[in-house]
Amino acid sequence: MTRAAVITGVGVVAPGGIGRDAYWNLLSAGRTATRRISLFDASGFRSRVAAECDFDPVAFGLSSREVRRMDRAAQFAVVAAREAIGDSGIELPVSDPGRVGVSIGSAVGCTMGLEKEYTVLSDSGRAWLVDHRYSVPHLYGYMAPSTIATEVAWQARAEGPAALVSTGCTSGLDAVGHGVQLIEEGTADIVLAGAADAPLSPITSACFDAIKATSPNNDDPAHASRPFDGRRDGFVLGEGAAVMVIEEARAAQARGADPYAEILGFAGRSNGFHMTGLKPDGREMAEAIRVAMGRARLAPPDIDYINAHGSGTRQNDRHETAAFKASLGHHAYATPVSSIKSMIGHSLGAIGSLELAACVLALRHQVVPPTANLHVADPECDLDYVPNIARERRLRNVLSVGSGFGGFQSAIILGQPRAARAAA
Amino acid sequence: MSATGIRDERPRALVTGIGVVAPTGVGTRQHWESVLAGKSGLGRITRFDPSGYPVQVAGEVPGYDEARHVPGRLVPQTDRFTHFAITAAQEALTDARVAPSALPEYEMAVVTASSSGGTDFGQHEMERLYQKGPSWVSAYQSIAWFYAATTGQLSIRHGMRGPCGVLCSEQAGGLDALAQAWRLLSSGSRLVLVGGTDASLCPYGLVAQMATGSLATTDDPARAYLPFTTAARGFVPGEGGALLVVESAQSAHQRGASHYGELLGYAAGFDPRPGSGRPAVLGAVIRRALSDAGLTPDRVDLVFADAHGTPDRDASEAQAITEVFGPCGVPVTAPKTLTGRLYAGGAALDTATALLALSEGIVPHTAGPDRPAPACDIDLVLGQPRPTRPRTALIVARGHGGFTSALVVAGRHRGLDRGVTSAEVTSPVKGIPA
Repeated sequence: MTRAAVITGVGVVAPGGIGRDAYWNLLSAGRTATRRISLFDASGFRSRVAAECDFDPVAFGLSSREVRRMDRAAQFAVVAAREAIGDSGIELPVSDPGRVGVSIGSAVGCTMGLEKEYTVLSDSGRAWLVDHRYSVPHLYGYMAPSTIATEVAWQARAEGPAALVSTGCTSGLDAVGHGVQLIEEGTADIVLAGAADAPLSPITSACFDAIKATSPNNDDPAHASRPFDGRRDGFVLGEGAAVMVIEEARAAQARGADPYAEILGFAGRSNGFHMTGLKPDGREMAEAIRVAMGRARLAPPDIDYINAHGSGTRQNDRHETAAFKASLGHHAYATPVSSIKSMIGHSLGAIGSLELAACVLALRHQVVPPTANLHVADPECDLDYVPNIARERRLRNVLSVGSGFGGFQSAIILGQPRAARAAA
Repeated sequence: MSATGIRDERPRALVTGIGVVAPTGVGTRQHWESVLAGKSGLGRITRFDPSGYPVQVAGEVPGYDEARHVPGRLVPQTDRFTHFAITAAQEALTDARVAPSALPEYEMAVVTASSSGGTDFGQHEMERLYQKGPSWVSAYQSIAWFYAATTGQLSIRHGMRGPCGVLCSEQAGGLDALAQAWRLLSSGSRLVLVGGTDASLCPYGLVAQMATGSLATTDDPARAYLPFTTAARGFVPGEGGALLVVESAQSAHQRGASHYGELLGYAAGFDPRPGSGRPAVLGAVIRRALSDAGLTPDRVDLVFADAHGTPDRDASEAQAITEVFGPCGVPVTAPKTLTGRLYAGGAALDTATALLALSEGIVPHTAGPDRPAPACDIDLVLGQPRPTRPRTALIVARGHGGFTSALVVAGRHRGLDRGVTSAEVTSPVKGIPA
């Protein structure tokens, strides 16, 4: 297999700033974008904090018709895709649109639009037999999450393989992994790969309230997301999107692109254990990391940074720490690990791609983003979590991992593109 | 070296087990008998009173009792689309005679397609939320509604800890899941439990589907879904789907497992945005799938059509088929007139039906239509099944928005010029389970 995939464009819609530059400014400064929920009245909820995007779709170029048609998650995806395409320098349409694929992740799809329309058609839940006469024409597009991939395909004028990947909170890693598969197997030369979620609505908040997964730290929203901190008490919901242009490496080189990174290894495993529970030993995540390293032909000392799932729940951070030790051995103690969810919250399926975008930017800037709000040590989390302040470091290869409801465990390794490696 | 572990050599992907839950029946045998008999599963909606809606006909799974088919604990924790998948998966694994606990856990995976997730569960929980308040929402909402619910539950239930996945590409999802299963066989997995189900026949699910304007509003079940005819006025929505066990030839051989047939080729594409002036991609996708299968059009014995049931899309599908195979160049069938369109379950079920047709040597007919419309110059198999001993079949699936996929499957020992491997010699032809 001689076809490799490189990342040549990045687009981001994230809490705390829209666009990859604003995103990197936030992450490298260690600022947090979590706050009191403003998108709906959360007063009756256990968790009332979230990381929201200050997003005006019209200001980012969407027409009023597009705004009406698209759920917020699709809007995020389209704005991120446009930025990524512009960044890559690819001229659209390409000569053979059938060679352009789309692989977008989302955990909950267009839930926000689906829920909003439900309240209208059901008269705020009074009618089980909802009233079809008030239905909006694009209601089906809200029920089918694949709409998000459709909108991105239209942006990219893609006529190759397209899919929405929905493996819960690993969707954003798995969608990129799927895109790499398409390039490696030869069915696409360019793939718009990324993820989007906009879960800040009552039904999604309520379902995490019900299992006490989200943080009830409502008195201090800016410091509510505390991955690896001894006082952590759940994740803070977020929203956003990241879309990347990935290309077959030689084709990218031939057109003179300046890739950010090469995707060196990807693997997924499932814990086959529990839909939401994690075993403390991190066994299956460790296996995913080992397989990804094997595919990348790298050993633990070659990994210079781990972008952790680091959701900030009691069980996750312990599970993950064990997985890093099991897969990297003693080298885990020498490898910086950080969770950007401390700053931008947990945007479910989107976060995996947002984290990969952070890794791409970290490689470009040779800076490790920090874990914000980390002040109190937890004896079960005893690695180097880069507390609060970003760190300059030589980064050759970085690992990003994710863990999701349903038992999904995924790992991706990005490396400096070959040219940069050769020059170093 | 491959970043995703995909090897240059693609292993043969055999289908060693089939499980069906569909309006044509619960279980593969009942489904196949209904298909051959042209026994329709369409009828007036019974799960709620549809009187107030312009759409009143659907394909419901008859007599399905989740308490009989789903472990008691899981019934309230999962939506109906997952109930169906749990049932079909159990049948498929039993049919494949596989004990997952005896196989390496990381070499087995689950890949499912979902088009709309746990809609019925979600409507109930939104009702509680808006009528009673956030604290009334079920603790299971977070694991029942999302699109990954089925894959997660099946992975846990059967201890399959490999690279599991979930693909949403609407009606094309079933084929895309099968293709993903094949990719996994190329990257270290030996057995994949794969398919799709959907079950969005609750009031909100139906109303959302109605918004496309493509559902038939005829209230006569026999006249509601007549694809490729001048009477086509839309399609009937259905629920259900199929799960298959797809296994590398080596794994099936090691287990001494029999099989129905194998995946031969696949391709996918996406239609250009409406109004772009560019043609739909279906013809090109079919040609790529045939090329992937190493077959010329004359080596395809049967086409399972997407059969949207709306005049424009029927015509464009027929045109793509004639463009590749010539006018009336290949028998075309759409047994989905018996079930309605099952969304993520549709193409998974068509693939199951295709493999049954190949192993039984019979082309199932399209019950309902009397003759194709003039715009559809295809050899639509009508009236009764044709016992023509087909060896290969093409399955076509098109999803809302532009998703377009095509899969080629082959039966076994049907005279294909393929190298006979030791697995073929020792592995018996699979019959329909009793």
